[in-house]
Amino acid sequence: MTPLSYSIAHSLPEIILALGALALLMLGAFRAGKGDWIITEASIVVLGIALLSLFFQLGERALIWDDAFIDDHFARFMKALAIGGALLTLVLSREFMARARIDFFEFPVLVLLATLGMCMLISAQSLIALYLGLELMSLALYVIAAFDRDNVRASEAGLKYFVLGALSSGMLLYGASLIYGFAGTVSFTGISQALNGAPSLGVIFGLVFVMAGLAFKMSIVPFHMWTPDVYEGAPTPVTTFFATAAKVAAVAITVRIVITAFPNLQHEWRQIVVFVAILSMALGSFAAIGQTNIKRLMAYSSIGHMGFALVGLASGTEQGVMGVMIYMAIYVLMSIGTFAAILSMRVGDRYVENIADLAGLAKTNGLMAFVVAMMMFSLAGIPPLAGFFAKWYVFVAAINANLYFLAVIGMLTSVVAAFYYLRIVKIMYFDDSVRSFDRVNPEVTAVMATMGVFVVIFAAFPGPAIVQSAAAAAKSLF
Amino acid sequence: MSVATAFFYLFSGVMIASAFMVIAARNPVHSVLFLILAFVNAAGLFILLGAEFLAMILIVVYVGAVAVLFLFVVMMLDVDFAELKQGFLQYLPVGALIGVIVALELILVVGGFAPSPGAIAAPRAPAPADVSNTMAIGLVLYTKHVYFFQAAGFVLLTAMIGAIVLTLRHRPDVKRQDISEQNARTREQAVEIVKVPSRTGV
Repeated sequence: MTPLSYSIAHSLPEIILALGALALLMLGAFRAGKGDWIITEASIVVLGIALLSLFFQLGERALIWDDAFIDDHFARFMKALAIGGALLTLVLSREFMARARIDFFEFPVLVLLATLGMCMLISAQSLIALYLGLELMSLALYVIAAFDRDNVRASEAGLKYFVLGALSSGMLLYGASLIYGFAGTVSFTGISQALNGAPSLGVIFGLVFVMAGLAFKMSIVPFHMWTPDVYEGAPTPVTTFFATAAKVAAVAITVRIVITAFPNLQHEWRQIVVFVAILSMALGSFAAIGQTNIKRLMAYSSIGHMGFALVGLASGTEQGVMGVMIYMAIYVLMSIGTFAAILSMRVGDRYVENIADLAGLAKTNGLMAFVVAMMMFSLAGIPPLAGFFAKWYVFVAAINANLYFLAVIGMLTSVVAAFYYLRIVKIMYFDDSVRSFDRVNPEVTAVMATMGVFVVIFAAFPGPAIVQSAAAAAKSLF
Repeated sequence: MSVATAFFYLFSGVMIASAFMVIAARNPVHSVLFLILAFVNAAGLFILLGAEFLAMILIVVYVGAVAVLFLFVVMMLDVDFAELKQGFLQYLPVGALIGVIVALELILVVGGFAPSPGAIAAPRAPAPADVSNTMAIGLVLYTKHVYFFQAAGFVLLTAMIGAIVLTLRHRPDVKRQDISEQNARTREQAVEIVKVPSRTGV
């Protein structure tokens, strides 16, 4: 048994989030007034404190709560991304939720609970902790997907996500039970010690089912079907949350489980990862071409980007894990910037989501057009923007692991994907303007502009800092 | 035959019979009552195994909460079970075929089952003699497994918030009883004395 104070000190961000969520839930329930923004602002503060507390965590690695929870550099890096994504989501959500008349206090509380689940998932060190974290995150996400409950599309999105998510949880549990049966333990380190000989068929079955369950959460082909509908139907701030924090948590736990629990089954899981990465990159590139709705386009784009991130994992090396982490950090920056731009697309008090609505944006709103253009160039991976470095690190790791075929397919599909990103730039700069967008809140513009600056000057800042901490974090997994 | 064996056959026999009656009873309320009987007998089997905590949980949770909830649902929803059973004969051949296939598979699997020699030789976790089941759970639930316990609590809390957010509607047009408001009413607010002149009416 570890001393309680030690456990609490190393899970401080989670405890701050948990207590914050409970306190704000009580505050919101007893205030019983609609449309007051105190709860959202307080939630932003709670997330900010949790984010700050991450930077005061000391030590290389700490196994706490009876070996169920691990606090290491990898967990801190990924938690910083997840909490940061949640924080910016709440900043962006204010205006949208008020205009959609769904500004209930439960939304920030559920975002806090989902973030708590993500942090528990990222730090999970046993199969039980993994499942509990995953369920806490998923349950909160199902609810906020359907948060606009009088809207048919949002309800459909929530229901679809719930049914498919429950199915994926079932698959994950089935795989976890098989792994427990064959390894005799639920702890990741225990599993890796138990599986040191030739792997039995049952363990491989379990691994496949666990990977399938996690692939649902990452929206990896062939488990991606829910993504476009949920991204389109859910309220845009919720989509932002799905595209940033939820993806980070799912990728983090996938990396952790295959690297720390199944290092001896690398040959087996690498086949799965290579296969789904190729399918995701291909589908993300080709299926997005015909989209007219920008949220659907971003859904297919996220499927493709998850495929690119998995290219780094497929290498199975420390360099590959570092590539995945850098990829996720840059992907969060680009997604937040793009969704801030989508949240600025409002005409006559109504939010619009069609790509055609962006026509001629360069003439009516030059700043926004420039930021969106930079985001699109970056998502396409054009140097010297951030997206190029993301792809650079994962492809270098793949080539060093002799996965030439995977790297070549990745490059080819990113060329295909560049088509639809550049088409948006073309529509903004060369098509005739239909109508201009309304003015938006300064915070949305500020987030959009900040992300634009980060993406453009990534090589100078924050690139080196991210690469350095990702390198230290990747080392902590091996 | 020892007393324990006799009780085992009694509980198992009643449980199988009531489980069959759950699907065979015409009246859905009878089905739920037979389900409760099956649960109680399963609890008896747990006690025979020495798992008295599981037996109590089964009674408290399944009989006390789940079965009563079923009863409410069955009584509140007007489900015409006779109509649901209409297609039974029609699908019987297909159902029987699938049943036979599943039974064959089960026989093959169970018949070919051989425990690994390592599994038999492997030492089981030792059961301390002086600690009862309930006490053993009590000793670890809030200490060793406190993290899982709290995490499960948060999952349930989230589910509860979600159910309320997605379904509760505040309807201002519905008249509700407010007892404090009723009690706070004074005579002046409630009663009005009107002088009615004769032959004119109110």
